[in-house]
Amino acid sequence: MKPDTIYFFGTCLIDLIYPQAGVSAVQLLQREGVKVIYPQAQTCCGQPAWNSGYRDEARKVARAQIKLFPKDLPIVIPSGSCAGMMKTHYPELFKGEADEAEALQVANRVYEFTEFLVDVLQVDLKDFGEPVAVAVHTSCSARREMGVADKIEQLLGQLSKVEVKEQAYKAECCGFGGTFAVKQPEISAAMVADKILHLRATGATQLVSQDCGCLLNISGAFAYQANHEGKTAPKAQHIAEFLWDRTQAAEEMKS
Amino acid sequence: MSNARTRIFQRLTAVERPVVDLSARESLSRFAWDKEERIRRFTERMQAVRAEVHVSDREHWLDKLAEICQAKGLNHLLLSPNTEWGQAISQNATRFPTLKHYDRPIEAWKHELFHEVDAGLTSTLGGIAETGTLMLWPNGDEPRLLSLVPPIHIAILETDKLFSTFAEAVQQQAWAEQGMPTNAVLISGPSRSADIAQVLAYGVHGPKELVVVLV
Amino acid sequence: MSTEFRIDVQKALGKTEVRAHFRKAMDTLMTNRRNQFPDDAALQALRHQAQAIRANALSKLPELLEQLEAKLTAKGVQVHWAETTDEANQIVLSIMQKHQAKSIIKGKSMVSEEMGLNHFLEAQGIEALESDLGEFIIQLDGETPSHIIMPAIHKSKEQISQLFHDKFPDIPYTENVDELTASARRILRDKFYTASVGLSGVNFAVAETGTLCLVENEGNGRMSTTVPPVHIAVTGIEKVVEKLSDIPPLLSILPRSATGQPITTYFNMISGPRQADEKDGPTEVHLVLLDNGRSNIYSDPELLATLRCIRCGACINHCPVYVRIGGHSYGTVYPGPIGTILEPQKQGLKVHGELIQASSLCGACGEVCPVRIPIPNIINRLRYDSVRKDTEHTPTFDAGTKRKPLEAAIWQGWSWSASHPSLYNFGGTVATQLRGLVPNKVGAWTNVRTAPQLADKTLHQQLKALGVDHE
Repeated sequence: MKPDTIYFFGTCLIDLIYPQAGVSAVQLLQREGVKVIYPQAQTCCGQPAWNSGYRDEARKVARAQIKLFPKDLPIVIPSGSCAGMMKTHYPELFKGEADEAEALQVANRVYEFTEFLVDVLQVDLKDFGEPVAVAVHTSCSARREMGVADKIEQLLGQLSKVEVKEQAYKAECCGFGGTFAVKQPEISAAMVADKILHLRATGATQLVSQDCGCLLNISGAFAYQANHEGKTAPKAQHIAEFLWDRTQAAEEMKS
Repeated sequence: MSNARTRIFQRLTAVERPVVDLSARESLSRFAWDKEERIRRFTERMQAVRAEVHVSDREHWLDKLAEICQAKGLNHLLLSPNTEWGQAISQNATRFPTLKHYDRPIEAWKHELFHEVDAGLTSTLGGIAETGTLMLWPNGDEPRLLSLVPPIHIAILETDKLFSTFAEAVQQQAWAEQGMPTNAVLISGPSRSADIAQVLAYGVHGPKELVVVLV
Repeated sequence: MSTEFRIDVQKALGKTEVRAHFRKAMDTLMTNRRNQFPDDAALQALRHQAQAIRANALSKLPELLEQLEAKLTAKGVQVHWAETTDEANQIVLSIMQKHQAKSIIKGKSMVSEEMGLNHFLEAQGIEALESDLGEFIIQLDGETPSHIIMPAIHKSKEQISQLFHDKFPDIPYTENVDELTASARRILRDKFYTASVGLSGVNFAVAETGTLCLVENEGNGRMSTTVPPVHIAVTGIEKVVEKLSDIPPLLSILPRSATGQPITTYFNMISGPRQADEKDGPTEVHLVLLDNGRSNIYSDPELLATLRCIRCGACINHCPVYVRIGGHSYGTVYPGPIGTILEPQKQGLKVHGELIQASSLCGACGEVCPVRIPIPNIINRLRYDSVRKDTEHTPTFDAGTKRKPLEAAIWQGWSWSASHPSLYNFGGTVATQLRGLVPNKVGAWTNVRTAPQLADKTLHQQLKALGVDHE
């Protein structure tokens, strides 16, 4: 049964760098008749500190988040990485803490955005965009932690004018890895260099992902090559923004 | 030395034991393949790793074996005269290459074994269809090096001892219950390596050829 | 922040040919493994089973070790215990001395690499010769393994051809792998023939029957453990399993995960020295059980999972970091993801602490691990251990030593503002703070990427403007 109301957790990366992805996600949810609650006190899931070993600091931030979702409603997150943090790592982070039960309660209600569209809302999308060749980069956390790699493909499969091009080494990490990119910059650079090589080889003019961390990394590398080597850079978008852009005409036609 | 043992055990026993979910542990892998299917799979797997498989039966295996020895131009064949197979071969010695018997400890004839034996023949305890595997329990009659040092290893496998999986064989033949011999070995092809640039090469340290006669 | 590790990494990344070689090799191994597991449900069931078998063994480790020792001793195997690699080396040496042995022929053993046995024996005037083809090749070139299963994987066919020709001038230069292999066979057969002591590792040790199991393809493992009159097996104390029936599932998943073979050519099960009615096999068999930090790892319920490892190397084959930097950059015996969690635990965070940063936590390793070791979680845990303050709560050596005041202050600052939303929303405070983590002025990020641009209006502001409910 479709829920009529959900919580939306926008993630810090979307908040600060890719807000349009968050706005698009909210609009898509609203268009499906779902009421969206966006707690204004939300900040970050705590993952950067968690992955850096600063668990106390991560917990303090996570604790501030779990208090924001008191009602028994789904929590939809437009990021496999942040969803994975809340769903799989909050239980570890709060183990033995006074508010462990509350954290588990939150963890159990977490959905990654594409997962929610496909499995819960069972959306039926109509494509009003121009024909386009798209490459998909699924984040490692969406793929392995959340196990939702196929959802983004299912959504794109509903769009009649979108051709999905598959890159070599599709399931390989783009080299972002949060602080990994700055702690081991040479390895990270080698990884993203290969990733954009394989993506470019598909001939796709558009790249989509469920995760803005990967997008930041991949599109940053594309843009760098565009600036320094004059190579073309595919347009990189969060899946929510891409879907909204291509399907919003449906609304206009209805009215 | 014993101090090391004591200290290691002190540390290991000081720990609160982890509680583990063992529900998945006992599952026994086996397949409901009939004999024909087991033979087919065994043969397919063996041939995939360049082993020869010859299908024969209790009436014709001696002919088949003589044929193989001749085709390979063997000068010597090392075997035990005490097994069922060895006895039959010995009684028909004229049809075979010079028969040698592993009847002394290795120290007494190491040079000869390493340099003057073309092929070793062994019986088998059984086979495994899933992986194309022979099971050998070497003993005083058929010692360990019989299937290892000669460049060609010929093995006789009775098809009614062909199991679907290793798990099934261990259970049905009650390996644990009867206690393990000093050496047991599973053989799934001729010796091989891919250590040079992942190129497959045969005959590294063990036999270069493995010949299986199914009876 | 130009650490030794990062210098090695930069060197490795610059070697385009070697990198292409690793890529090709790992691609092959990954494809081979995938082809072995066409049915994912069956694979997952087998992984759960293998995990349960190893977890069960670890939960009864002291009892099983006692049982193993008793069974082996009853059959005449001499069991030795070593807390450190130094003690293990001394045990091997004393056995060698007792037999006045001047050389030892070795089957493949990662534990002997861990012990640094070859160098140790050579310093004592004893020749230690590797007989596994890959190990033989790298020993000829004075190198260490770059992979735990394929030790010479970093070398091209041409390099090996040249190496053989240089070291054995009577071998004409050839790139024919069959001929190279035949040369190695000829050279090493003589060594097997004459060696008085053979050494091997152990893949699994069965407590129930007192059986040492060895997995191999070449036959050198069988030769090393059968031809010489003395056989010494060295292994870690964690390698024991409870029952013989635990072996088939492990044997089923190990080679398939490692090289993508359905089974290895040989599976050698040794339960004792030559008996009175036997004509060959070693007259003396020794087992050296090495701790070297394993009992320390054992004391922590989370880190314990590290000891489930069956050394298949699948995590290495699937690691996007390993494939780019190769095995030698790690500077450890065990490279790749398993090395990343094992080496800092064995040798301490001071020596190998940086390895735990050499992971994007992509999870490919944990996904393929046949015994389901949550490698990314353990990396995360070790990152915690490296900077935590309550170091008495972890057995990890050198816990807390990677805590740097500046970095700690940054995370504390971040934590404060991200848990006080009114501060947080004051335009990009967090991004500014996190920029402090970038290691140098040149900009690790901006060397190959453009800098991220902060949006004009945050999502908070935009959704508020759109009238989205906030509670």
